[in-house]
Amino acid sequence: MKHLDVSAIKDGSVIDHIDSKSTLKVADILNIRNEEQVVLVGMNLTSKLLGKKGIIKIGGKIIDQKEANKIALIAPNATVNIIKDYEVVKKFKIAVPDVLEGIVKCFNPNCVSNDINVVPKFNVASKNPIKLQCHYCERFMGTQDIQLI
Amino acid sequence: MVKRFKQRDIISIRHFNKEELLYILDLTKRMEQMDYTDILKGKVLASLFFEPSTRTRLSFESAMQKLGGIIIGFADSGITSVAKGESLSDSIRIIEGYCDIIVLRHYLEGSAQLAADIAEIPVINAGDGANQHPTQTFLDLYTIQKTKGTLEGLTVGFLGDLKYGRTVHSLAYALAYFGAEMFFISPASLRMPRDCIEELRNRTVTCHESDSLSGISRKLDVIYCTRIQKERFADPVEYEKVRGIYRLNKALLEEMGIKNNLKILHPLPRVDEMDESLDRTNYAVYFHQARNGIPIRKAVLSAVLGAIE
Ligand SMILES: Nc1ncnc2c1ncn2[C@@H]1O[C@H](COP(=O)(O)OP(=O)(O)O)[C@@H](O)[C@H]1O
Ligand SMILES: [Zn+2]
Repeated sequence: MKHLDVSAIKDGSVIDHIDSKSTLKVADILNIRNEEQVVLVGMNLTSKLLGKKGIIKIGGKIIDQKEANKIALIAPNATVNIIKDYEVVKKFKIAVPDVLEGIVKCFNPNCVSNDINVVPKFNVASKNPIKLQCHYCERFMGTQDIQLI
Repeated sequence: MVKRFKQRDIISIRHFNKEELLYILDLTKRMEQMDYTDILKGKVLASLFFEPSTRTRLSFESAMQKLGGIIIGFADSGITSVAKGESLSDSIRIIEGYCDIIVLRHYLEGSAQLAADIAEIPVINAGDGANQHPTQTFLDLYTIQKTKGTLEGLTVGFLGDLKYGRTVHSLAYALAYFGAEMFFISPASLRMPRDCIEELRNRTVTCHESDSLSGISRKLDVIYCTRIQKERFADPVEYEKVRGIYRLNKALLEEMGIKNNLKILHPLPRVDEMDESLDRTNYAVYFHQARNGIPIRKAVLSAVLGAIE
């Protein structure tokens, strides 16, 4: 059997190839603090692709699209593996969508999207590096400006 | 390609391509040459000014009336239901039932886009905070085209507060379509935002930045001058240092060396950055520029309301 850096789970999701420094941010997006099932977190594991990578494994959970979109902003190289009965049954690379709605907050305090009852919306101007343009105030935000909702 | 203007929202200069800008300038010329009284008869404009304005508001209202239309609205939101806490979204939903077109000025950036997303009828942005004011840019372009004879391949100097001056950001964006070379002249603390410069460079504009006009003045076809606001400076000493450098007068300019057909624009109001000695020269086109507000707004209103093509 193949050696696993972080031990196996029966059913759930594995988020692999996280830029190592962003591992805990991804963990926050997945809200692992409140997770009741098995959670395994690995950091600074060797990766051919990234040098050092992080891995998060969550038992019993299938990552949804909204979570995947958020993860994409923080860890653009991440892959998601869905595990069933110890086997990888589905594998996909996370991708940043062209439009983000209700996921990030505009960093411009004068933006109308920070007003009550307005759902923030961004057009993705560039995917690598991440650059978002607010649909409302037209400001550009880079990775360092991104605040997830 | 020119997308239809009928029922179109006019929100940001970024939403217009070169052909569309030229189309609007063309309509403006027709508005100046011909009498279109009454083409907007029976149409109602809601003029919603959540923030004070004189020139923009009065020129929109004058343009609408000259074309036979009617105006409702307010120039001070303090007397409306907004003062009672009504949200902008709700105000727009209600007001759109009373009119054919909305002209909106609001202090929040992106407010016009929000209004346009909500309203079925067209919305014209008359300034959303520090973001956009597209009809101002149209009139700046029109003034340059008219006084220089062309928009193509000009060398343009932007002078003053380039950090907060939204008219500068939008005009630079528009002039990028026409192969302009741009000089940005400002104190270090009021330089063009990095995003703007980057966006221009990505569109292959040659951008230069400096803190003084000397050595540059003789290259320029156009100077676009803006007001340096005292409020922008945390330290009044810093303000005193910069204000003198950017005070233009006829003798100074001619001594530095300028082209005979240089044109100086300014969105007005001015404080002391342009000396009155310039007012009666051929360089000064800022009063002319202010007057172009009427034909531009006539053109935009009639195109969006489908009265002209
Ligand atoms: N049963 C399992 N439990 C936990 N993690 C697993 C399981 N199976 C595979 N993984 C992890 O999921 C990721 C993808 O696995 P796999 O498709 O086998 O490898 P790779 O993507 O490196 O070719 C790897 O990080 C691996 O360690
Ligand atoms: Zn915004």
